[in-house]
Amino acid sequence: MLFRGISTDLARLVTELPIPLRIIVLMKAVPDIEQVRFDEATGRIDRKNAQLEANPFDLNALEAAVRIKEQRGGTVTALSMGPPQAEAVLRDAIARGADRAILMTDEAFAGADTWATSMALMGGVKKLGDFHILFAGEKTVDGDTGQVGPETASMLSVTSECYVDSVDSVGEDSIVVTCDYGTHQYTKEVPFPCVISVTKNVASPRLPKLSDKMRARKASIEAWRASDISDFVDRRSLGTVGSPTHVIRIRTASERQKDCRMLSGDPAKVAKELADIVEGWISGGR
Amino acid sequence: MGEPSKDIMVYAEFSAGVLHPVSLELLGKARELAQKTSSQVLSVIAGHGLSRAIDELVSRGADVVYAVDDPALDNFDAMLFQQNIVPIVRDVNPGVFLLGATPIGRSLGPRIAAELRTGMTADCTELDITPDGKLVQVRPAFAGNILATIQTGTRPQVATVRYRVMRPAERDPNRKGRVVMRDAVTLEPSANVLSRIRSKRMDISSAEVIVSAGRGLSKPEDLKMIGDLAEALGGIMGSSRPLVDDGWTLKEQQVGFSGNVVKPRLYIACGISGSPQHLFGMRDSEHVIAINKDPSAPIFKVADVGVAADLYEIVPLLVEELRRRRMKV
Repeated sequence: MLFRGISTDLARLVTELPIPLRIIVLMKAVPDIEQVRFDEATGRIDRKNAQLEANPFDLNALEAAVRIKEQRGGTVTALSMGPPQAEAVLRDAIARGADRAILMTDEAFAGADTWATSMALMGGVKKLGDFHILFAGEKTVDGDTGQVGPETASMLSVTSECYVDSVDSVGEDSIVVTCDYGTHQYTKEVPFPCVISVTKNVASPRLPKLSDKMRARKASIEAWRASDISDFVDRRSLGTVGSPTHVIRIRTASERQKDCRMLSGDPAKVAKELADIVEGWISGGR
Repeated sequence: MGEPSKDIMVYAEFSAGVLHPVSLELLGKARELAQKTSSQVLSVIAGHGLSRAIDELVSRGADVVYAVDDPALDNFDAMLFQQNIVPIVRDVNPGVFLLGATPIGRSLGPRIAAELRTGMTADCTELDITPDGKLVQVRPAFAGNILATIQTGTRPQVATVRYRVMRPAERDPNRKGRVVMRDAVTLEPSANVLSRIRSKRMDISSAEVIVSAGRGLSKPEDLKMIGDLAEALGGIMGSSRPLVDDGWTLKEQQVGFSGNVVKPRLYIACGISGSPQHLFGMRDSEHVIAINKDPSAPIFKVADVGVAADLYEIVPLLVEELRRRRMKV
């Protein structure tokens, strides 16, 4: 059902020559969680061995953007704030169909919480100029807040829809999306410019072809520093200095341990024992 | 805007005639925090047809309820709700502003925090407050492997709180509270609603019995066996993250840090070793049974009863046994 309606729109749009869409995708380079080690005793996080990779949800956002561009015409710009090593993720974005990739990297951005991150990204978006759709992933796998999409939208004073499961059609001045807010599912026609924060359901990321990877290897990744967005954002709103929240302590999640009663022996006997236990629990207390 | 107070404001989530239960959990926590700082519990609610919900908020601990009631607010619209709620928060100037870490809370909270130029902490699982009103926010990070304690230097201190982690406030029908009805600032929706239906997402977080499958399962067809066990117990089927990642099960079935936090009366983990991220989502279940080949698997640390055996040997026999017993009754 993805992108249903676009082909009929296309037929109409051929005669109307639509303006090319300017689409931005927010991307974050995250450590591969499986490779991050946690020291139980000190609560320290060791990311030394963890490779940076594109936040998985951002790849769904990118795919949604690229599909719209392919069917409707326009440009897709991948925008990221992160360390210099995050360049690899932006190269990957080019290989997957982004036309342009910008890495906002500067010591001044370091240590930003979601508010200061959103401030920087808002500055980056404003520097890019007018846009129609800004896509973001539902959340990142490391921070897991899901805040940056709607915070950035609020700072840009544009509307936002989150938990978007599908893009149903793209019109002249709006996009139709279906989003699920937990209790209800809405299909909404959202006027441009807008921020669309997507779930994994929106579109499965493509695997870049070898030729795409070759092209991406040669592509130039633009690097923006804090001074590049100084027209839009005060330096004091960036990085650690600009962050209103601070982590004051970290501990490893300790599990409450139970005394587990182990059952063993003949499987049929074990199954009977389990059935007895379960029946006791379910009938008791009801 | 003068000095912020130490009052705790709770966003009461109301959608299509229903007050989300997380709101009552927030009120429970807010009362506890307000007691420590001798301050008030305030609540703000926006929607249509709010009178019963407002009564409920008062009887569950709100000292003052600020409400915007209009048919135009029947559908959730993050920007429209922000435009109507921010002026109230600015007027009232609370020290703390809490929302549920539900899809609505997570969509609306960041917009409000950004406009108020204040910090926000997502998905708190513990909250405390210092006597001078500093909110101590604890949230899991890195897939539930660590817990971070976070403080906010700006006011109000905005946080979303995980559903089903805090205890709901007791209802006291005799409680009195003040209700302040406010006119909407704007009723212009930011997007045009073409349709609204009940969510298709399965609500695993309210299930009483959950039977979950993990990597111990060797092929997707065998999920039927797990489904049969869930059905025999009148429960629903859950899943660990790897099966969701492989496309065997749905995201809404996922139990764990990045999926759903569940607290059923009975949780049966089949072929799940128990990664920190999975344990985070199920360890508060009332009763836990774990069936896993590896006797040293972490899942047994949070189980009441364990079977260190192949799930393929045990589960079909258990299904058979339960079905036989049910037929007898």
